[in-house]
Amino acid sequence: MLRFNKLPTVLSVLAASLLVATPVSAEWGLNLPTPVTPIGEEILGLHNLILLICVIIFLGVFSVMFYSVYAHRKSKQHQAAQFSHSTFAEILWTVIPVLILIGMAIPATATLINMEDTAEADLTVKVTGYQWKWHYDYIDSGISFYSNLGTDRAEILNQKDKGENYLLEVDTELVLPVGRKIRFLVTANDVIHSWWIPEFAVKKDAIPGYINEIWTRIDKPGVYRGQCAELCGKDHGFMPIVVRALPEQEFDAWVTEHTPKGDQAEATPAAPVGAALIASNADTTGGAGELASAAQ
Amino acid sequence: MATVADAHHDHHDHHPTGIIRWITTTNHKDIGTLYLLFSFVMFLVGGAMAMVIRAELFQPGLQIVDPHFFNQLTTVHALVMVFGAIMPGMVGFANWMLPIMIGAPDMALPRLNNWSFWILPFAATLLISSFFTGGGAPAGGWTLYPPLTVQGGMGVDLTIFAVHMLGISSVLGAINVIVTIFNMRAPGMGFMKMPLFVWTWLITAFLLIAVMPVFAGAVTMLLTDRHFGTAFFNPAGGGDPVLFQHIFWFFGHPEVYIMILPAFGIISAIIPTFARKPLFGYTSMVLAVTGIAFLSFIVWAHHMFTVGMPLVGEIYFMYATMLIAVPTGVKVFNWVATMWRGSMTFETPMLFAVGFVVLFTIGGLSGLMLGITPADFQYHDTYFVVAHFHYVLFSGSAMGMMGGVYYWLPKWTGHMYDEKLGKWHFWLTAIFFNITFFPQHFLGLAGMPRRIPDYALQFTEFNVISSIGAFGLGLSQLLFGYIVYKCVKQGVQATSEVWDNPEGLEWTLPSPPPYHTFQTPPVIK
Repeated sequence: MLRFNKLPTVLSVLAASLLVATPVSAEWGLNLPTPVTPIGEEILGLHNLILLICVIIFLGVFSVMFYSVYAHRKSKQHQAAQFSHSTFAEILWTVIPVLILIGMAIPATATLINMEDTAEADLTVKVTGYQWKWHYDYIDSGISFYSNLGTDRAEILNQKDKGENYLLEVDTELVLPVGRKIRFLVTANDVIHSWWIPEFAVKKDAIPGYINEIWTRIDKPGVYRGQCAELCGKDHGFMPIVVRALPEQEFDAWVTEHTPKGDQAEATPAAPVGAALIASNADTTGGAGELASAAQ
Repeated sequence: MATVADAHHDHHDHHPTGIIRWITTTNHKDIGTLYLLFSFVMFLVGGAMAMVIRAELFQPGLQIVDPHFFNQLTTVHALVMVFGAIMPGMVGFANWMLPIMIGAPDMALPRLNNWSFWILPFAATLLISSFFTGGGAPAGGWTLYPPLTVQGGMGVDLTIFAVHMLGISSVLGAINVIVTIFNMRAPGMGFMKMPLFVWTWLITAFLLIAVMPVFAGAVTMLLTDRHFGTAFFNPAGGGDPVLFQHIFWFFGHPEVYIMILPAFGIISAIIPTFARKPLFGYTSMVLAVTGIAFLSFIVWAHHMFTVGMPLVGEIYFMYATMLIAVPTGVKVFNWVATMWRGSMTFETPMLFAVGFVVLFTIGGLSGLMLGITPADFQYHDTYFVVAHFHYVLFSGSAMGMMGGVYYWLPKWTGHMYDEKLGKWHFWLTAIFFNITFFPQHFLGLAGMPRRIPDYALQFTEFNVISSIGAFGLGLSQLLFGYIVYKCVKQGVQATSEVWDNPEGLEWTLPSPPPYHTFQTPPVIK
């Protein structure tokens, strides 16, 4: 039967997306990546719950519809009924969705409140977005540096084999401790960017003139990779974020080693927020035209 | 019944011929045709841009276009599809069908009608010509967020003026729709007797009048920020970039419903015809459309959860957004209940209608997921969003319109389209659509941001699949053009009813209907 032969495909892909929260599906890239933060765990659980409810609703509604498509057709001499309303059914399918929505809203609200509680952080890092790189300031220790794309341009231009972390590697990684509450102050110096690490479930817009707050606590040492998530111009796709999460002692040693001594404080002081905007306005889309001419 | 329209061959019929007819026409049928043709041309133009985008994304690395041009393509693809293809397409349906459906001789303001159409080609030319200016077309996304859009070249200014013109066209069209529906209904055609398509367009017209001026204001503020030293959105001058997002989405969310509500109306006309059963829950359908329209004004900030709103604001916009699922659910349930225990056949319009209900619902459910604020932080600005809005805009609005074209084409042209080719068009469209956009859900969840010209290697496989689907989807639409052409040129004569005992005044007219119809109002039972 030709008709609706795509349905099994759609349903099986939907069903596949149900196989969630397993390392397998994370490797296949079918679901959110395996989180390494408590908030990430909560959000993954929430996502899986809503997805499951949506899939059940979808299957429920459309099994009814496709039964009807199968059974109530003229070619089977099915006679059309002539009913056109049913107050009971209409009240039922208004009230039941409301109840389901309340069921979704309760855990969502709890997670949201938790996410927005940035109080009592152990460590504060200021993140500043630039076209097209990130700048990090460790407010407590004075460490400060830029983080640029680490991928060789020849790889982007297909002149060289692409490495394992193509486009997701930087020259200077952001180093963070595990097990501590880290507060990020997120801002930008020219246009809007968005700082995002999928495994942390942290995404916050970096907006000139604003300082946004978000926090995380990393459970597992490792290297975590993300990208700018808000279109910020020509090289929006080329300003990744890489975090190296170290055990606490190693992190402390790293801080001691890198803390600037005496008055040679910041090698690259960040300009005040917003001040660079006028300058960057004059410098229109031509910008630092390295990649612009790249593909030609 | 068919005699109603035949008796009038007065001086109105001595209209010009050739190109002058189309330029000077004030006839709602002519103008409807112009809108639909314009929409299809824009659909192909925007589609061609999508083909280049998908070709670039076929493999990691930069192959075809440079990143700046890629951003121009994504931006103008969206603007062309939203303002050039979907909105004018819906106005085309309104022009053709509203007067006929309410038993009126024409739209209430025919000269205004002519003008609202003829603004469009010039606006579209202005928009497309931005590609040829220094700095190119706008590259900051169709949302035109400052400060990025403030950085653009002259192409941004052309786009701003194009948006002004498109907005004027839409508002004039909306005024015409409201005046027509309020004043020109045949005697006995009470509001609660109007076909649902008329209802959805009435509500849409109010949405248009409410939000298009807001958008015009927002882009005008951008313009003065760019050239006249204001700092509405510039933090260095005391302005606020987030203000633009609030204004934009106060327009942008109702805009979503402007594009989908008329499609709801089309589907609500098609399903009863092919189920041979009256539309289920007419009153609740009207209430649901009204409810959706009201809610669309109070949920805008769910597009911008990541900008750093206060917790209370996030909670409010989450709850309000979730509420939209209720009236939307009512509509889907009503369509299913209309089909239930009917006597169904599956001609092309019905295939598109069933495809619409299923696929639009996928977009609706992913929309519900996006409305859950904490989860939205993960989905926001990823391919999950791209998948979501193509499920509501392509398999919703665009496929709804395609179903409408097949449904009314025999009426408009007097010729039947080729049923076999129509079915091919549906299946190719539906299958390739899913191949294109379903994998994008997975890409988004796996962490691929939207609007990037190149991507990490882990995203390769799904991008390959998506690109292959997109090429098939694009090619399939050429078939659509051919089917319509063939129908006009050599289709067999259609009867006045066309389908099996369909409901509505349009089926009481001959196919094609005479140039002027219902100069004497029909009798409404």
